Amino acid sequence: MCADCGCSITEDVGGHTHHHEHIHDNPQLNDKKTIDVITKILDKNDHEAGHNRAHFDKHDVLCLNLMSSPGSGKTTLLEYLSDIADFKFGVIEGDLETNKDADRLKSKGIQAHQIQTGSACHLDAFMVHKALHHMDLDKVDVCFVENVGNLVCPASYDVGAHLNIVLVSIPEGEDKIAKYPVMFRQADLILFTKTDLLPYFKYDMKEEKKSARRLKPNVDILEVNINDIDSIKRVAQWIRFKKEMR
Amino acid sequence: MHEYSIVSSLLDLCEENAKKENAKKITKVEVKIGKLSGVEPDLLQVAFDTFKEKTICDGAEFVMNIQDVVIYCNVCKKEFTLKQNEFTCPKCKSFDINTIDGEDMYLMRLEMV
Repeated sequence: MCADCGCSITEDVGGHTHHHEHIHDNPQLNDKKTIDVITKILDKNDHEAGHNRAHFDKHDVLCLNLMSSPGSGKTTLLEYLSDIADFKFGVIEGDLETNKDADRLKSKGIQAHQIQTGSACHLDAFMVHKALHHMDLDKVDVCFVENVGNLVCPASYDVGAHLNIVLVSIPEGEDKIAKYPVMFRQADLILFTKTDLLPYFKYDMKEEKKSARRLKPNVDILEVNINDIDSIKRVAQWIRFKKEMR
Repeated sequence: MHEYSIVSSLLDLCEENAKKENAKKITKVEVKIGKLSGVEPDLLQVAFDTFKEKTICDGAEFVMNIQDVVIYCNVCKKEFTLKQNEFTCPKCKSFDINTIDGEDMYLMRLEMV
């Protein structure tokens, strides 16, 4: 008897081999089965993100994920925050190339570690985990993850932050919030940045805020520009409040 | 363009499940893609077809079910499908809602031999 499929044809029968292969290819003999899996495709990332969050919790650190298009002012906001914040913070920087952003922050005395993603358009929980090996969390109260500048991809990846801050700058133009709903759904705080440029752009701030709250009725919103230091202070206050509430 | 990273996570999941079931080959992969999951279905299809080659999913059919956003209104005690990206109850306009589907990506079913 054939050891493979249990048929009565044995291999040593001359001229039979070809025919036998056909039998083995016959789908009737192979059990096709369907299994229900129902697992999140990014399950492993989410699991790792949970580990990162637990790590932040253990060190009593609030982790904030900063997301926006390139050039909306994420790094600049952090530079200004370092001058006025009454909490200590570190930054995990994500960019495709260069250490420029981490260098800018380090020159302000901020603990920063740069992740170069190469071609990846977002940070994931595994990259942040690796970066955490380079961060001394006992020296900070807050850790920012400055994500890769991109309004699409970072929205799908939990990196292990407690809260998400999404920046949108006036020169980017209207309708960014309605056009990128997945990103703005993730926001706990939306910062409208470069508001000192409002006189030079057609930008209906009221409508944009409405559009944000259609997506997320309970989202916090602040207007920021670096020429108005009080606006930066309000961001620092929001962060301090969230830190104290944990 | 994070569809390629998503497909690589998906292929890992397929591989794992095939191993568990002692399967030699996966012939069909069924996923549920939320309308607000941040994934572009066409790009996901292209990414899957490109990356499945020489994996356990080589030649596998890819079935995408696009999932609308579904909310549960805690006031009406009822589920609603959102027709627009407005996260209030379409009936009573309450903010007291939970989003229960349409924001995630799931591997639902595998057919294997």
